[in-house]
Amino acid sequence: MAAQNIADVKGRTEELASVVSAARRKDYIFAIIGVLVLIISMGMLVALLYDLFVDGIPRLSWDFLTSFPSRRPANAGILSAWVGTSLVMLVTACLAIPVGVMAGLYLEEYAPKNWLTDIIEINVSNLAGVPSIIYGLLALGLFVYILGLGRTVLVAGMVLALLILPVVIVATREAVRSIPVALKEGAYGIGADKWQTMWHYIIPAARPGILTGAIVGLSRAIGETAPVITIGALTFIAFLPPAPVQGTPPFVNFDWLSAPFTVMPIQMFNWISRPQEAFHVNAAATGVILLAMSLMMNAIAIWIRYRLRRAHKS
Amino acid sequence: MSVLLFLAAALSVVVTTSIVYILVSESWSFFATIPLWTFLTDTQWTPVFAEPRYGILPLLTATLWSAGIALVIAIPLGTILAVYLSEYARPAVRETIKPMLELLVAVPTVVYGYFALLFLTPLFKQFVPGLAGFNLLVPGIVLGIMTLPYIVSISEDAMRAVPGALREGAYALGMTRFQTAMRVIIPGAFSGITAAYVLGMSRAVGETMILAIAAGQNPNLTSDPREGAATITAYIVQMSMGDLPHGSLAYQTIFAAGLTLFVMTLVFNIIGFFLRRRFREVY
Repeated sequence: MAAQNIADVKGRTEELASVVSAARRKDYIFAIIGVLVLIISMGMLVALLYDLFVDGIPRLSWDFLTSFPSRRPANAGILSAWVGTSLVMLVTACLAIPVGVMAGLYLEEYAPKNWLTDIIEINVSNLAGVPSIIYGLLALGLFVYILGLGRTVLVAGMVLALLILPVVIVATREAVRSIPVALKEGAYGIGADKWQTMWHYIIPAARPGILTGAIVGLSRAIGETAPVITIGALTFIAFLPPAPVQGTPPFVNFDWLSAPFTVMPIQMFNWISRPQEAFHVNAAATGVILLAMSLMMNAIAIWIRYRLRRAHKS
Repeated sequence: MSVLLFLAAALSVVVTTSIVYILVSESWSFFATIPLWTFLTDTQWTPVFAEPRYGILPLLTATLWSAGIALVIAIPLGTILAVYLSEYARPAVRETIKPMLELLVAVPTVVYGYFALLFLTPLFKQFVPGLAGFNLLVPGIVLGIMTLPYIVSISEDAMRAVPGALREGAYALGMTRFQTAMRVIIPGAFSGITAAYVLGMSRAVGETMILAIAAGQNPNLTSDPREGAATITAYIVQMSMGDLPHGSLAYQTIFAAGLTLFVMTLVFNIIGFFLRRRFREVY
C-alpha cells in the first residue's frame, strides 16, 4: 500500500517536471524566434540602406544638386526637385502647424463635452487612416478644378498640410495633456484670462511636444509622392519658380506659390520608371538625399522627445 | 479666439465631407454612363482602349493580393516582435529597437519601391521560377516590411498597457513568459492588437508608390502573384501622370477607383471599431 503511494507520488512529480520543462522549452524557443525576427527585420532595413547607398552615393556631387533634369543621365540633376520640395514643405509647415495646434488646443482645452466634439474627435482619428492618394483626388477635384488653383506649389503644400494635420493635432493634444494642472491654475490665479493662459503658459510648455509632432509630420510629407502626382505635378521641370525674396521692395514675392513644380520623390519615381541603368543610379542618389532628410528630421524629433522625457523625470 | 480655434478643429470635418463629396460627385457621372453592376463584375479594365471596358475586378484583386501577402508577412512577424519587445527584451534593448523601428516608418515609400524593383526582384528571380520583372509577390513582401513597424508599435503599446498586476499574477502561478504572453497579455491587449492589424490592413491597401513602381501598370486579373498587375492606387497614379481632360470619362474613372478604395478602407476601419469595442478590456 505504502509502496504504491510512493510510486504514485513519484509518477506525478515526474509528470509535473516534464510539464514544466516543456513549458520552459517553449519559452526558450519563443525567445529564439523573437531574436530571429528582430534580426530579420533589422536585416531588411540594413539591406535597404546598403543597396541604396552603394548605388547612389558615388553619383552625389555638387553638379547633381545644381543641375536641371536632362535626357542625358550623366548631366541630369535635382535642382528643380529639391527647390520644389523645399517650397512645398514651407507651405505645408505654414498651414499645418498653426491649424493643427489650434485644433489640438481646442479639443483639449476648449471643447465642450457634446456630440459635435465627439464627431470632430472620431473624424480626426479616421482621417489619419485615409490613404494618401485619396487626399490627392480631393486636391485634384477641389483645389485644382473647383477652386481653380491649378497644379501649383500652393496646392501641393495644401494637400500635404491636410495629410499631416492629424499628426500635428494628436501631438498637440498629448503635449497639452501632459502639462501639470498646477501651471494652468497658477496662471488663472494671477488673473490671466483663458487665452492669456494658453498663449503665455500652455503653448510654451507644450512647445517641445508640438515640435516633435510637427517634425514627424513634415518628414512624412517630404517623402509623400502619391497625392502630389495625383494633382498633376510635372516630372520634367527645367526652370525654377520665381524667388520668394527679391532685392527690390516689397522684398518678398508670392509668385512662386502659383508656379508649376516638381518634388524629389516624383523625380525619383520618374527615374526609376526608365529602362536605362544610368537613370536608376540617379534615382538612388535622389533616394539617398531624400532618406537622409527624412531620417535627420526623425532623429531630431526622437532626440527632442528623449530630452523631454528626461526633463520630466528630473 | 475660441471661435477661431473651433474653426480649426472643425476643418477636419470639412475635409472628410469634401473627400466624400468629390469622390461621390465625380463617380456619380461615371456610374451614369457605366452601370455599377458592370463596374463590379466585368473582368476587364481597359478605359483608354478603343473598345473600353470598365470592370474594377482586375485592379481590386491585385490590391487584395498585395495587401494579403503584406499581412501574411507583417501580422505574424509583427506580433512576435511585439511580444518579444514587451515581454522578453530588457528595457535597454527595447529602448534601442523602438526608435529604429520608428525610423523604418520614416523611409519614403518611393525608396521602398526602388528596393523592391531593383534589389529584391532580381534576388527573388534566382529562386522563384517564373517570377516576372513586375510582379505582386515582391512588392507584397516589401509592403509587409513597410507595415511591420506600425503593427509592432501599436500592439506593443497595447501589451505594455496591460496592468503589471496581471503579469505578476501569472508569474506567481508559475507561468513562463511565453504562457503569460499567450494566455494573459495577448487576450488582455486584444483590442489594441486588433487596432494595429486593421491599421496595417488599411495602410497596405492604400499604399501607392511601392506598387506603382514594382507591380507594373498593366491591369491583369490573375491568381498568380508571380505576375505583375496594376492595383487601384497604381492605376490612379498612372492616369494622373498623363494628361487627363477634366470631365472626361477617363478622368472620372480615377474617382470611381478612388471611391472603391475609400469604401474598402472605411469598411476595415468600421470592422476595427466594432472589434475593438467587442474585445475591449477595461482596467
